[in-house]
This record gives sequence, C-alpha cells and structure tokens, in this order.
Amino acid sequence: MSMNEGLYRTRKIKNAIAMALSSAAAVIGLGWLVWILATTLIKGGSALSLTLFTEMTPPPGAEGGLANALYGSVLISLLALAIGAPIGILAGLWLAEFARSSKLGTVIRFVNDILLSAPSIVIGLFVYTAVVIPMNHYTNGSISFSGFAGGLALAMLVIPVVTRTTDEMLQLQPASLREAALALGIPQWKVTLQILLRAAKAGVVTGVLLSMARITGETAPLLFTAFGNQFWNSNLLKPMASVPVTIFQFAMSPFETWQALAWAGALLLTIFVLALSILSRFVFSRKKGAQ
Amino acid sequence: MSNLQTHMPEICARNVGFQYKNHIALKSINLDIPANKITAIIGPSGCGKSTLLRIFNRIYAEYPNQKATGEILLDGENILDPKYSLSRLRSTVGMVFQKPVPFPMSIFDNVAYGIRHHEKLSRVEMNDRVEQALRGAALWDEVKDKLQQSALGLSGGQQQRLCIARTIALRPRVLLLDEPTSALDPISTMKIEQLITDLKEQFTVVIVTHNMQQAARCSDITAFMYLGELIEIGSTDLIFTKPKQKQTEDYITGRFG
Repeated sequence: MSMNEGLYRTRKIKNAIAMALSSAAAVIGLGWLVWILATTLIKGGSALSLTLFTEMTPPPGAEGGLANALYGSVLISLLALAIGAPIGILAGLWLAEFARSSKLGTVIRFVNDILLSAPSIVIGLFVYTAVVIPMNHYTNGSISFSGFAGGLALAMLVIPVVTRTTDEMLQLQPASLREAALALGIPQWKVTLQILLRAAKAGVVTGVLLSMARITGETAPLLFTAFGNQFWNSNLLKPMASVPVTIFQFAMSPFETWQALAWAGALLLTIFVLALSILSRFVFSRKKGAQ
Repeated sequence: MSNLQTHMPEICARNVGFQYKNHIALKSINLDIPANKITAIIGPSGCGKSTLLRIFNRIYAEYPNQKATGEILLDGENILDPKYSLSRLRSTVGMVFQKPVPFPMSIFDNVAYGIRHHEKLSRVEMNDRVEQALRGAALWDEVKDKLQQSALGLSGGQQQRLCIARTIALRPRVLLLDEPTSALDPISTMKIEQLITDLKEQFTVVIVTHNMQQAARCSDITAFMYLGELIEIGSTDLIFTKPKQKQTEDYITGRFG
C-alpha cells in the first residue's frame, strides 16, 4: 500500500512539473503575441483617424495620411494576385492531376516548397535584377522602379502558396469522384476543371486568401521594386507607395507625426490580415458544413 | 447452362488477363455476359471481380501501371484496342461505383452534365431527358421539387440512385455496378435492388457484390471468381443450389471467404 502511495505521489509531482513547464511556455509564447497586438492597438489606435484615408503621406514633420500608400498597396496586391493566383492554380492542377506520382511532379513539388520558404528579400532582389534594371536600361531611365515590378515580386510569393494549397486540395478529392466523372466518358481536362476544381473550390479560395494575407505585410520585395512615392500615383510603370514600405521609412524617422503614421499603418495591416484569416476560415468551414 | 446459350451475349471476354505492376490480378478469363440479364460476379476479396468490371469500360486505363491483355468484344469490336474511343465506350458501357459520389452541383446538373458532353439538346429535350433518367432511377418523385438544390444534400441512398440516373441518362447498353450497395443501409439497399431488377429490361447489368444473398436475390446469372480466375458461371439458381465446382460450393456455403 505504502509503495503504491509513493508511486502515486511521484507521479503527481511529475505531472505538476510538466504542467507548470508547458503552461509557462504557453504564457511566454502567447504573451509576445498579446504584447505585440496591444502595442499596435494602443500606438496605432491613437493615430487612427479618417484623414489616414484622405490625405497623402506628409513631408517630414507635417501632418498627413496614408491614402497614397493604401492605394498603392491595394493596386500592387491586386496585380500580384491577378498574376500569381491563376498561375498557382494551374500549376497546382497540373501537379495534382497530371503529374501526381511522376518523378517530374515530385521534383517540382519539392522546388515549390523551397520557393515557399524563400526569403522574400531574395525575391525582391531577383525582380530588381531581372526586371527593374533591364527596364531602366531599355527605356533609357524613363521606367525603373515601378508598381508593376512590385506586383511581380509579390506574385512570386503568391504562386508557391496557391500552387501548394491547390495541389493539396485536389489530392484530397476522392479518387471515386474522378473515376465517376471519367466513367461518363468526360475527358480528363474537363473532369479536372469542371468537377474536381469545383469540388475543391473552398480550399483553393482559402489558399488565395492566405497568399493575400502573406503578401499584405511584405516589405522587402517592395523596397527595390515598387520603391515608394510621396504622391498619389496610379501609373503602374512609376514608383508606387505601399503601406509596409511607408511603415519602414516612417518608423525609423525622428519625426513624431511620421512615427504615429507608421503605427497607424501597422494597425491597419494587422486588422486586414486578421480579417483575411477569419474570412478564409469562414469560407473553408462553410464548405465543410455543406458536405 | 442452356439459357446462357439461347441469349445473345452482349459482352464477350476472351483470354482476358490483367497486370498491376508485377502482380497478376487476372489469368485468362473467358466469359460471356448475356444481353438484358443481370450477371452477378461474386468471390472473396482480392479475387479480381472488381478488376474485371473495371476492364469492361477501361477505367483501369487511367492508371499508367495497370495493363489488360486479351480481348473484350462488344458488337464484335475489341474495346481494349486503344483505337476504340473512350468517349464512345463509356457512353455505351456505364459504371456506378461503390461509394455514391455526386458531383458538386445541382441535382439537375448532375444528370445533365454527362449528356451535355455527348449530345447537343434543346432546353426542353434536356428537361425531358433528365426527368426520364431520374424516373428510371426511381428518384424523380423524391427530387422533382428540388432539382436546383445541391446534390450533396441528398441521403446516401438517394445519392446512389442519382449516380445511377446520371449513368443511364447517357442511354448506355451495359450498366456496370461495382458493389453499389455496400455503403448503404438495408432500406436503401432494398430500393436499389428493386431498381436493378427493373433496369434489366433496358440494360444489360453486371453487378459485382460481396453479398451473396444480393447475388441470389437479383441476378439471373452468377459468376464465381477466385484468385484471379473464373471458377464457374451459370444460372444463379444452379450456382446457388447445385454448383459444379467444389470451390464454388465451399464459398457459397460460407466455408471460406
């Protein structure tokens, strides 16, 4: 009896220690997140006002807003999605349906995974050398940094995310669905586009939304592609302002109005990314409920 | 055996073999499927019965490491010949699978989808055709008021009947049913079995089943397969009462399998 009680007590102690350690780890891990969110909310919240959306980024020391940066961010992101999402979806389709177990497919899937975790500054640098410099050269300097180049750099971040999710979502579709459609004499490309892609729609849309969340906060790829612009610009062939790059410049400046704007931009980005995450979860779960 | 010969065979398998990677799944199968009869293929798991069924519409050909040899004759033409178009073959030989898999679209579109690929029909003709197919699958009365709703909302048994409707909508001559009730409850199973019996007036039906009672209840002809070989084929009555082969008798009396 006493031996049993001893065993019981050591187990209780071990349990308490394990519990304490894991709780502490959870508190530390989540603590940072709460701290970051709280700081962003407090500092950004106090700088939040409607003029953010109506006024341009100000000269040093003056008051202003983020209108041009927000506009630029929206344009560049949309361009990135317009280029990246179709390519990513088609690449994912190809991987899942036409190269599922082939060697080439396996290699491309692996390379795509590497691209997925490629440092974004490397991609920025690549677009700078592959697009910005040649454009500058061939147009004799009239086009160099541009919103277009920025969109291209972000598209390269979109493609691997969308490729991966599309590939995975299609592979999740049961073989019986594919066979049932093929058994009606429908050719494979039609089965893929009209049946499988439709069945995987929620997952694919989620992938696109997540890729959008990913590029929203990207700064490095835009630094030497879209560059930045103090003024309102809707010409994709000119340098274009964006929220992340503006935050980067303003937060490091000694001017208080700039610093406040940087925090406000950070808060807007956080809210936007949060909303995208919630939306993508909603899209995905609603689909599950329907089945 | 006499009634086997008095009926024109719809499908004749001649020396059909099948290989999956290095595994031989079927060895030289010779078999006649009579027209407008229900032929049941029974046998223990892994005996090759589903494999044989999957050759009849060449669905196996979607997998690069599967290979069939021999001949399968439909109207004297060998359907295993790569020149025999898949589109033509599959609109003549339809297939319903084990798990009901409605397409992610409305009930109407599930039936219309296959027709649209093969034929150009006016809206009125299409409506008629879909109704006909749904009536043929004994589903019309249950879904006629919700044709535009998603097919994913139907019960399992209704989904399976929808899959049958989708297949007969193409007006095939042969219907291949691969364990069509194994994922369904007894009541849905009963409805499908009743339906299968009705279908033989218009179609030649080949059904693969695990369930021997089902074969005994619905089929006219029963084929027993074991280890990739056809052991015995004959009228269902005879197979279940006076099988010629010892292995058939052992299987139907539950001594193995």
